[in-house]
This record gives sequence, structure tokens and C-alpha cells, in this order.
Amino acid sequence: MELNRRNFFKVLGVTGVALATGSQLSAAPKKISDKEFSAILYDSTRCVGCQTCEGVCAEAHGLPKSTDNLTTGVLRKTDETRRTVINSYKTSKGEIFCKTQCMNCTQPACVAACLTQAMYKTKEGPVIWRGNKCMGCRYCMVSCPFDAPKFQFHSPNPKIEKCNQCYEKLQVGELPACVQNCPNEALMFGTRRDLIKEARKRIHDKPNDYYDEIYGETVAGGTDWLYISPVPFNEIGLKTNLQNKSYPELTKGFLYSVPTIFILWPTLLLGMREATKDNNSNTDNHE
Amino acid sequence: MNNTTNILTKDNDGTSVVKFLISELKPKGKWLTPFNIISIPIMLLGFLLIVIRFWKGIGSITNLTQEVPWGLWIGFDVVTGVAFAGGAYVLTFMVYILNMKSYHSIIRVTVLNGFLAYLFYAGALLLDLGRPWNVINPIIGNNFGTSSVLFLVAWHFLLYMIAELIEFSPAIAEWLGTKRAHKILTGMTAGAVIFGITLSTLHQSGLGALYLMAKEKIHPLWYNEFIPIMFFVSSIFAGLSMVIFEGTISHKVFSNQISEKSHRADNKILHGLSKICAGAMFAYFFLQLLVFIHGKHWDLLNTGMGYWFLLEMLGFVLLPMLLYFYSYRKNNILLIRVAAVLTMVGIILNRLNVTVIGFRWDAAVRYVPSWMEIVVTLAVISAEIWVFRWIVNRMPVFRESPEWAKI
Repeated sequence: MELNRRNFFKVLGVTGVALATGSQLSAAPKKISDKEFSAILYDSTRCVGCQTCEGVCAEAHGLPKSTDNLTTGVLRKTDETRRTVINSYKTSKGEIFCKTQCMNCTQPACVAACLTQAMYKTKEGPVIWRGNKCMGCRYCMVSCPFDAPKFQFHSPNPKIEKCNQCYEKLQVGELPACVQNCPNEALMFGTRRDLIKEARKRIHDKPNDYYDEIYGETVAGGTDWLYISPVPFNEIGLKTNLQNKSYPELTKGFLYSVPTIFILWPTLLLGMREATKDNNSNTDNHE
Repeated sequence: MNNTTNILTKDNDGTSVVKFLISELKPKGKWLTPFNIISIPIMLLGFLLIVIRFWKGIGSITNLTQEVPWGLWIGFDVVTGVAFAGGAYVLTFMVYILNMKSYHSIIRVTVLNGFLAYLFYAGALLLDLGRPWNVINPIIGNNFGTSSVLFLVAWHFLLYMIAELIEFSPAIAEWLGTKRAHKILTGMTAGAVIFGITLSTLHQSGLGALYLMAKEKIHPLWYNEFIPIMFFVSSIFAGLSMVIFEGTISHKVFSNQISEKSHRADNKILHGLSKICAGAMFAYFFLQLLVFIHGKHWDLLNTGMGYWFLLEMLGFVLLPMLLYFYSYRKNNILLIRVAAVLTMVGIILNRLNVTVIGFRWDAAVRYVPSWMEIVVTLAVISAEIWVFRWIVNRMPVFRESPEWAKI
């Protein structure tokens, strides 16, 4: 009997460890602070496709100068050597330019996906990548609905490249390189709330010039890059098949079930084991 | 002691242990077997490719793209490999929780297989990490990304490997002849089993949950919010089919180690396992059907991917399920083995369809694994079989335990 009890406590101990680990492993997507996020508004009616932003971005982040010029209808993509590109689209309202880069979501999938907190949503807004923490698993890339993070597949010490809204410049009170240097004021920096107001105002003032929606206001739970354009967004290469809920929401149910399983399973299994134990083997143990 | 292999002398001083281990390291039996002739060049080539990979980057030997950052190494080695290792938690549940003693004879080989699968396939995961030196970050706790499904999966891999090692450790103690350790380790089995089953439930489903955020990237016939449940249910029959398949081969290769008694008991075991497979597959097929009807994707069936989906569901789930049902009623061992192989093909298809084939199915440039990725995968599998064989030839896995170890 005594031995039995000891066994019982041993198993109970293991269960306790399981429970402790369980509560540690599970967590809902992080709550985001109430402070205002900074954001950038891109107005494609003002963009002339000069590619200045591409050049200054490469310079600001130590990347090679991109050599190909944009051609209407040819899709250029961001990659491990360039964090932003401008493309030209033939649309129902003629040739229109559109800038592409990481959207810096308000509730980023990449940050929820990252198991080392290398992808990090700063309290100021920009989503940054921290190389000293990253293990290069690329789960951020799998999870990102915009395919924003780019990986240096041909380096033994690979980095993730993506727009961080020039977080290092913001820290010292400067504007992001692209905003600072845009010759036609197609880019505007500010708090997300103010920029949404500004975008609404522009749409309201010139209803014929704009498509009545702000891309980034709700898509993927909201992003810190906002777009306004004369045409529906699918005409200028923006993804319109994405959900409006944030992406970390999709794994919430699973993560919430973890502590439940960690409490239910060990206790149930222990009970079943005790219930099916036959007495013969018990007496064997005593001898 | 009916064990004929080397046994440690009673005075366990250091030198004799070292001598014993050195003598055990030497190969036993013939060198030039067909398996060795095929696997040695593959492993050498695989090793060379791994060196190139760490020297020139992952892109130097893989075809991964910015749109498809996870390929064969994750989709096959890790996701499929772990599904096949599911037999260990199902069998330990049957034997140690439900007290089904007749399955005890295959528990050690199944746990060993499970342990090695995790060791090698989680090891293969390290090859896929761009910055593997940071792999300690989520473990030592300076940066816990607790909202990440991958964090959960990584920790569970680690903990489950330890649990399986504990479950298998009595065999190691019997091999080394350490009686005290054997007693202690045997006492830890029940705890390890309970912990292990809980971990398995969560990380088998967790592997599916990894893909939940890739909502628009996976073909709608394979993406649904129930991927975690599908992965868990299918791991039950995937693991057991692997046990049936592996048992068939092991019984031929290691037949000299298996007693006549367990040879005869084996057919009974196969029948039992086929019943469980049939039941689990019925549940799985029904779940898939429900999800499909609920998803309202009838229009997608009449496309290339739709035919591919039907092939997987009808040819490699429904058909082997019917074969399992039929074979245990007709008492036909051959049919059980055919069903096991078909089921395994179905699992490979399913896991690859979610992770590789259906992932970015609409991309302009599709990802197709390079021959080098395939060679590295084969090298990992070969190395695992080598270690498996080494252990089976030395420790009591199929063989009876020494008398002193039996209570």
C-alpha cells in the first residue's frame, strides 16, 4: 500500500511539472499598448514613380543600389536586397504607381509566430527584426499574409530584410528615409489616428480622385502603412483577399486549448491507469 | 542470464566499462550488405551537402524561395516524420494506461523508433535553421516567444524526446547490466508515459496549428481551422501503420533475435492494430467529409487540385480504411500490410499537400525540391536506420530481457 502511494505521488509530481510548463507555454497573442502607433500614409495619386524612395532606403540600410528601372506591367518584388519597390500598373484610370514594403501590422503575424521575439512590435509602432535573437527558422515568412520578411538564402549568416519604418532614425528624431526624401509628398509620417483622418479628408475633399477606402485601416487587423489610391486596390497589386481580423487570432483557439489539455490529460490518464491496474501485478511488486 | 552477448563483469570499475563500450562500438556481422552499399554513399554525399549548406547558405543546396520558405526538410522530414512517430504514444497509452499486456512485446521497438525519429528529424530541423547558433534562445529563456505555436512545438519536441528516452532507458540499463539504475528508471516509466501522451497530443496537433496563420497561402481544400485536429487524429493511424510496416521488415531482418513465441503473438498484434487503424481512419474520413461539406468547395473538385484531393481522400484514406476493416474480418495479414503501406502513402500525401504541394499552389514559380534536398533527407533516414540497427543488435529490443530484469 505504501509503495502504491509513493508511486501515486511520483506521478502526481510529474503532472505538477506538466501543469507548470503548460501555463508557461500557453499565451494569447500579446496585448498591444494603448499608446498611439506611428504610421506612414502613401498617396498613390501623388506618386510619380521616380524611385527616389528605393534609392534612399537602400542607402539608409546599407543595401546595394537597385539597378532595374520600373516598366509598366512588369512586377518587381521586394527581396533580400531591397526593402521597398515601386511598380507601375495599367489600371482603369491609366498608369498608376504603387509602393510595396512590409506593412508593419498593428497586430503582426510575424511577431506572434516568432519563438524568440526576434520579430518585435515596438511600442512606437514599427515592427523590427533583432538579429541577435533570430534563429532563422523563417516561420515569420510562412505566417506573414503580405510575404513581407525576406531571407538571405545565400548567406551562411543570413538576415531577414524588411521595412522597419527606419526605426533607428525615429529613435533620434528623424523621419524615415523615404518620407524625408519623397520629392512629391506622396508619403506622410504621423500617428496612425491622424493619418487616417488626413486620408479621409483627402478622399472627402476630392471624391472623384480617390477610391473610397483606406487600405491598411482594417486589412489584417490594421497596418501602420496606409494607402489611398484612385482605383480599387487589387488594380495596383495590393492583396484584397486577406481577412480583416488580425492573423494571430487564427492560432488563439489552439493556444488556449493547451492549458486545458495539460490539466485534463494527465489527470484522466492517471485515473485510467489506476482503474485498469490489476491486483496481481501489485502483489508482484510487493515481493 | 540467458543473454549471450557481452555482459559487464560484476566489479564495475571504470576501465571495464570503457572496454565494454569500445567493444560494443565495433560492427557486428557482415559489412557488405545491400543496405550498407546503398546507404554509405548517400550518407557521405549528404554530409558533403550539409557542409556546403553551412558554408554557402541554405539557398546553395535548396530550391526554397521567398514565397515558399519551408520545403521538403520541414514538410517531409519534420511534419511527416513526426506523424509516423505517433505509434509510440498510442502504444504506450494501450500498454501502460489501458493495461493491454499482449502489446507489451512491441513496445520497446516502437518507443525506440519514436525516439530516433524525433532525434533525427528534429536534428534535421537544425539544418534548416538559418542561424542555428541562436537555437538556445527559446530554450534558456532569455526570449520566450510564448505566443508562437512553434515555441510550443519546439519545447514539446525537446521534452518528448526526454520522456521517450526515459521510457526506453530500462533497455539501456539491461544492456549495461546496471541493476540499480534499471530499477529507478523502470519506476519512472509511468510518469514519462503520462507526460509523453499529453505532449504528443499537443505537438501532433501543433504541427498542424503551425500553418493556421498561412490562411490564404494553402489551397482551400486543405486549409481549414481544423488542421490541428486532423493532424492529431491522423497521427494515430499514421503511427500504427508505421508500426505494422516496420514490424514486417524488422521481423525479416532481425528474425534471429525474436523468439518463436513472439513470432506467433505478432499476428494477433497486427490484427489488433488494424482494428484501431480502421476505427481511427473512419473518424478521420468522417471529419474530413464534414469539413469539406461545411467548406462548400464543391466547385474546386473539378480542378486539377480537386482530383488530387479526391485521390488522397478516396485512394489513400477510404481504400486503406476499407482494407483494414476487411482484412481483420477475413484474418488476412497480407491485406493488413498492404493497407499499412497505402495509409502511409496517404499520410505523406496529406502532409506534403498542406506544407509543400498546396502551399502557394498559385505562385508563379512553384517550389520543387532540388535533388540535393532529397539526398540530405535520404541521408538523415539512412543514419537513423544505422543507429536503430546498432541499438537493436546490442540492447534487448526484440530480444528477451535478461532474467534479472524480469520481476
